[in-house]
Amino acid sequence: MVSTYRIQGATGEWEVVIGLEVHAQVTSKAKLFSGASTAFGAEPNTQVSLVDAAMPGMLPVPNAECIRQAVRTGMAIEAQINKYSRFDRKNYFYADLPQGYQISQLYHPIVGEGQLLIEADEKAGIAEDKVIGIERIHVEQDAGKLMHDQHPTMSYVDLNRSGVALMEIVSKPDMRSPAEAGAYVRKLRSILRYVGSCDGNMEEGSMRADVNVSVRKPGEEFGTRTETKNVNSVRFVMQVIEYEANRQVDVLENGGTIDQETRLFDPNTGTTRTMRSKEDAHDYRYFPDPDLLPLELEDEFLEECRASLPELPDAKRARYETELGLTPYNARELTAEVETFGRFETLLAATAAKIGKPEAKVATQVANWALSVAPGVMKSLGDEADPANATAEAQASILAMQDKGEISGGQAKEIYEIVLKTGRDPEEVADTEGLKQVSDTGAIEAAIDDIIANNADKVEEYRGGKDKLFGFFVGQTMKAMQGKANPAVVNQILKDKLG
Amino acid sequence: MSVDKATVAKIASLARIKMGDEELERMVPELNGILDWVEQLGEVDCSGVEPMTAVIENHLRLRDDVVDAIPETAGGRREDVLANAPAAEHGFFGVPKVIE
Amino acid sequence: MPKTANKLTNLGVKDIRDGVAGGDFTAREVAEAFNAAVAEAAALNAFIITTPDHALAAADAVDAKRAKGEDLGKMGGVPIGMKDLFATRGVQTTAASHILEGFTPQYESTVSQNLWDAGAGMLGKLNLDQFAMGSSNETSYFGNVNSPWRKEGSNAAMSPGGSSGGSSAAVAARIAPAATGTDTGGSIRQPAAFAGITGIKPTYGRCSRWGVVAFASSLDQAGPMARTVEDCAIMLEAMAGFDPKDATSLKMDVPAWEAGLSADLKDKRIGIPREYRMEGTDEEILKSWEQGKEWLRDAGAEIVDVSLPHTKYALPAYYIVAPAEASSNLARYDGVRYGLRDLPDGAGLQDMYAATRAEGFGDEVKRRILIGTYVLSAGFYDAYYNQAQKVRTLVSRDFAEAFGQCDAILAPTTPTASFPLGSLNDDPLTMYLNDVFAVPASLAGLPAMSVPATVNADGLPLGLQIVGKPFDEQGVLNAGLAIQQRANFTAKPEKWW
Ligand SMILES: [Mg+2]
Ligand SMILES: [Zn+2]
Repeated sequence: MVSTYRIQGATGEWEVVIGLEVHAQVTSKAKLFSGASTAFGAEPNTQVSLVDAAMPGMLPVPNAECIRQAVRTGMAIEAQINKYSRFDRKNYFYADLPQGYQISQLYHPIVGEGQLLIEADEKAGIAEDKVIGIERIHVEQDAGKLMHDQHPTMSYVDLNRSGVALMEIVSKPDMRSPAEAGAYVRKLRSILRYVGSCDGNMEEGSMRADVNVSVRKPGEEFGTRTETKNVNSVRFVMQVIEYEANRQVDVLENGGTIDQETRLFDPNTGTTRTMRSKEDAHDYRYFPDPDLLPLELEDEFLEECRASLPELPDAKRARYETELGLTPYNARELTAEVETFGRFETLLAATAAKIGKPEAKVATQVANWALSVAPGVMKSLGDEADPANATAEAQASILAMQDKGEISGGQAKEIYEIVLKTGRDPEEVADTEGLKQVSDTGAIEAAIDDIIANNADKVEEYRGGKDKLFGFFVGQTMKAMQGKANPAVVNQILKDKLG
Repeated sequence: MSVDKATVAKIASLARIKMGDEELERMVPELNGILDWVEQLGEVDCSGVEPMTAVIENHLRLRDDVVDAIPETAGGRREDVLANAPAAEHGFFGVPKVIE
Repeated sequence: MPKTANKLTNLGVKDIRDGVAGGDFTAREVAEAFNAAVAEAAALNAFIITTPDHALAAADAVDAKRAKGEDLGKMGGVPIGMKDLFATRGVQTTAASHILEGFTPQYESTVSQNLWDAGAGMLGKLNLDQFAMGSSNETSYFGNVNSPWRKEGSNAAMSPGGSSGGSSAAVAARIAPAATGTDTGGSIRQPAAFAGITGIKPTYGRCSRWGVVAFASSLDQAGPMARTVEDCAIMLEAMAGFDPKDATSLKMDVPAWEAGLSADLKDKRIGIPREYRMEGTDEEILKSWEQGKEWLRDAGAEIVDVSLPHTKYALPAYYIVAPAEASSNLARYDGVRYGLRDLPDGAGLQDMYAATRAEGFGDEVKRRILIGTYVLSAGFYDAYYNQAQKVRTLVSRDFAEAFGQCDAILAPTTPTASFPLGSLNDDPLTMYLNDVFAVPASLAGLPAMSVPATVNADGLPLGLQIVGKPFDEQGVLNAGLAIQQRANFTAKPEKWW
């Protein structure tokens, strides 16, 4: 394990130890224990059932979809799925917690140990691939939301989020640098989105991390950790680690000790501070929720979960390299996000069909188009482009024309520009806008005959062995043809005529 | 195990029940009386016995992921939810200002 | 009219239902008669609030149905008392606690809704021990319930039992033909025994807990309290049923218990648990137990000895499990969303919680919350809570083994008859011991019933308890019926209110 991230202190080097508890909102229409909607952005307290508001006598009934998604997520990280699990109550008093307890899982979580691979990334300082252990995933209720700035002496409580299902994904303390933690969150997000168990929308709070940080001299025992709550972007996670690691080193080197405490991150200053509202000693008095029986999963259910899993990022990336022959870079770029591979695979299938070759034969061309050419054109057009025109069908047409030599790379871009702006058919554009290469040997031959006649000296030199001049003749021909000649045809005729 | 006044104060604080000195004093012997009595459970040999989870054999039933499937446990009833609130304002529950 | 009214209030569920259906009297006449009886009985303090209009509206609906020849429902035309632990839409629901004073639910509990759907009406919300914590009805914020019974030659106010003491008092006093109760550790059976009426706690999960203010979730079960076994069978049929809103609800059809009633116990074996012969049990209670055996033998049953070795530990286990669950269940009463809020000057959120809960909860509730908080707190969970749940497994196993040798178990309901209000106030433990015979069946989730057997030398009722196998309410009801037919319990409290 190579990790180069070290904090340089007055007393020497320090290593940072990081564990993450990621809360991911489970993709479901209704809440974990009530029928209220989970939709984002509703008016305050409009998506609150009597159950979510903890009215007297209300009872929880679990949502099967939330259980299913947690199990599928567990399978995606190759984790132990516990056929027997239980919901426990975590008791504490807070205004965003109507029941006075959170229904969570402590003693028997639904998912046990698993793992996740983060890839080497030299630029980020990750020297080689690394497996990060995952301790567990449990299912629990989200809390409501408190608003502090609407009234001079009151806080306002909105329970719309109260009872929304979360998966808490707890890593082992296996990360050693902000970059590794960043890569872990990105990879986890990618997997969740592949699986479809969480939309990964960090701005809307669908994913947020509790960041556990401690420091130690390399090789020594773990130090005391702090937990910074509810950090909602990859960048912030990295900032928290950076800040906390340095703060802790300062404290320790000045003879202080680290309190095991809960902290808050301030994105404006990039710093963390002790959380006042959670200052009293925790004693959550966990016990099995007597309103809910143990959750026992049937084999059939597990099989159904497994069968419904898509190809996951690591497997897909490997397949892109071995079966499609893509470069490791392209394979990684294309598999990082659900949207990217989705668009790529659709385009690949359409292109292969149009050209009539196996996917593997056109994959590199399509990958280059998808990763650099197409985004470049789109970007250069800015607002002029209508993304709705970027259909797989249109792009496949362009790629097929290019594959057949009917258009050049430059023409492909030009055609795509027009397609993006207008939604016109690419072949029609190529025809009517004169954006096709001339493969008509008659016209090309005539042009070449002229050039040979007008450059007798150069022809002499070429035939005398100055091979480099071939490029000159190509250039002259293309110029004469106004750039529209098929380069392959030009080459062939030139070779024939120059001898 | 018996509790002293400080322990009772700690429990009362955990349970968010404000108690004055006199009340705490009074609670100490009452709670100890009960705790001493329940302690006899320690006599029972429970090795190999699982703690009870379901009193009557029954499996946890799950519901389908359908919004507002049952009216009584549906959302979209803010009026009802806020109807009994001691301080409801602008569609929110009001509480004394919390500093995080 | 008063004379008829008096006659009507002597009727039970079955007679009212059949009388209304048969046109002997109207549902409205019945409702008016009971409304009047309730209004006259304020001295019992059995009701926290009365709802005469609810009873009348339900009665009118039944009368209208009858005029149209429609089905009147299982409880058609029967006005009942509703324990104030059941949420009733638009009608104050308090659990007899200051902390819920004025709380008006925007929803109806499943059980009460089932009853209204079956044609019943509501006379009012019945008083109880605060949050159903108590065995004497002395912990209500709204004052003690006075039993209609008094010792012969005494004017001392007696306990109606608890926690369903408003229910037992109302039914015994004939101001309600029947009432709902809830039983967590004897809260239907013990007050039924004290008041000389009949009450059954069905198998855990038969009656939905949705909309019932929770005390201890793994134990709470609703059930009917009435004057006869038949009435209980009818009312339980109306109350019970699968509810998708309660994850612990039993997904089973409700048997036709009324139709299945039979006092013939041929081929039935009744177990007598030897561990229930406890020190401190009243001689007269032991005598009535012996009498009970005779009655059941007379009904054709074979009496067999059985052993429930962990009986002694049931009560202490209960006093860990129930307070633990309660400490968590009652955390929601925090002054934020409903109920009392006590906000001292300058108080922060956590101070508000502490002040509200100090002001809103009564002493017994506080005591149990503290015990429950303590036994769940860090370092004590295994020694107390987990150990208690293991003992609970053993108690349940005892019953399962006993039921290998018998079909039902006969025992006293309580170790003593009713006692004067105030007599056990300083002694929570002695009070708790009142439920020593009732709690084991609660811990095991079993159906159990109390049937009046006789009166003691003081003229106070004594009850006998029948505990059945899971789901075998029919067996319990049938044994109860056999006792009822032989006990011929006709004693009635003399009207002093
Ligand atoms: Mg955490
Ligand atoms: Zn969590």
